[in-house]
Amino acid sequence: MKYAGLLVMPAGFLLSIAAILLFPPSPSRVAFVLCGLAVEAMGIGVAIRGHMPGDRRP
Amino acid sequence: MIVPAAQSLAPSEFDLALALLFLAPLAPAGVALLNTGLGRSRSAAQSLLGSLLVVVTAVLIFALIGATFADSWTGAGHSFQIAAKPWNWAGTGPWFLNDFDTASARAQLGTLFEFIALALTVLIPWGSGADRWRLTAGAASAAILAALVFPFFVHWAWGGGWLAQLGPNFSLGAGFLDAGGAGSIQVLGGLSALAVVWILGPRRGKFPKEGLATAMPGHNVVYILFGCLIALVGWLAFNSAGAMIWLDAAPTQLPRIAINTLLSAAAALAATFVMTRVRFGKPDASLCANGWLSGLVTSSACASLVSPIGAIFTGIVAGVGVPLLIEFLELAVSIDDPSGAISVHAAAGIWGIVAAGIFAPREGQLLAQLLGVATLLGLILPVIYLLFALLNRVIPFRVDPDGERIGMDLHELGGGAYPEFVVHRDDSFR
Repeated sequence: MKYAGLLVMPAGFLLSIAAILLFPPSPSRVAFVLCGLAVEAMGIGVAIRGHMPGDRRP
Repeated sequence: MIVPAAQSLAPSEFDLALALLFLAPLAPAGVALLNTGLGRSRSAAQSLLGSLLVVVTAVLIFALIGATFADSWTGAGHSFQIAAKPWNWAGTGPWFLNDFDTASARAQLGTLFEFIALALTVLIPWGSGADRWRLTAGAASAAILAALVFPFFVHWAWGGGWLAQLGPNFSLGAGFLDAGGAGSIQVLGGLSALAVVWILGPRRGKFPKEGLATAMPGHNVVYILFGCLIALVGWLAFNSAGAMIWLDAAPTQLPRIAINTLLSAAAALAATFVMTRVRFGKPDASLCANGWLSGLVTSSACASLVSPIGAIFTGIVAGVGVPLLIEFLELAVSIDDPSGAISVHAAAGIWGIVAAGIFAPREGQLLAQLLGVATLLGLILPVIYLLFALLNRVIPFRVDPDGERIGMDLHELGGGAYPEFVVHRDDSFR
């Protein structure tokens, strides 16, 4: 779990970078950067859950 | 709005910036005192000695290796091309600070700023590993940050790297703006703290198998609050000098930057004070200290870019949000962070970076700031975790259980910080 989360985070970063490369200044570019940040947030969430002590995991 | 720096600096401006940088080490001094006060009495000497050790290690390694990649004085850099745009990813400075005397006045100040910034950066995770992180492992991790992580990010943000060039290359405002080091110091340090607590795990007895987390309050509230006051002086110097060096701010703009710094910290402390008073019936000194520090951290990004009202608003948000996040991390996801660095430095730093984009009047600035945050979370955090996890295989981070039981002072130094005090039994070991 913890490593899966850590692998998802760079995916979000690459999504944000791809947004500024692929789109001209537009709402779509902003939306893609925000999607990249959302993916990173999911990765952190998964990594945090993976690092919780087993007996305290929800 | 202040614009990114040109190369020239008048002699009087050089003198002023240099004088400010001589005060900036009070920021790491305050944070070291805070870290020590928030830890336990049986680890106090190890905590302060460790603070010196991680700073010494980081500074030496940065001078030998890191300054080359950070390179804020030659103006060149290693680049590659994607979509016909240059991506400057590393500096090409001389090794071992050779020819430093020939650098421009601004570049020399910038390098001095980076040294002091690094000292603060490596102290942040040291506080989170309190009471269980071995001295040698702490020093080795500081060396890794100084050689392989900090130099690259500061080059991207301050040394003309790809984040700083987002403005001219992609029409994103003035590029990533971080004059006081909210990203390069605070968020980087806070994310290092997260990696450290993940690898170390919680202190023994912190999260019993049944029931709530055990409260392990800081051993000296006076250290904590005095550290806050000392840190204020350092932050005023950091934000003012950073604005002069990285954003070309004129000396006449420094009073507003200093006032914004103070307002942000004051608003954050007031918000935390009121919130803890309402929730717990009495204000909580440790959380108020964290609130004060979160306001200072937020001002690192915002002080040179927002109005005084904006500084108050960002401070209030930090002062309300940080104590709630500290509580969430401890109670909901079982993260044992004695100094609260993940919330105070990483979360408040991210909020400051985003707020700077919200309040900056330049089009595209918010997106540039968000890309800076995305880089820290999506690239820097996994890299730090990977490097620290590998280091942990070579030099184990965590002290053995017996060392944790008797305290880091006795285990690592052979003597305590308070030899004349009677140490009572610890009920958290069950």
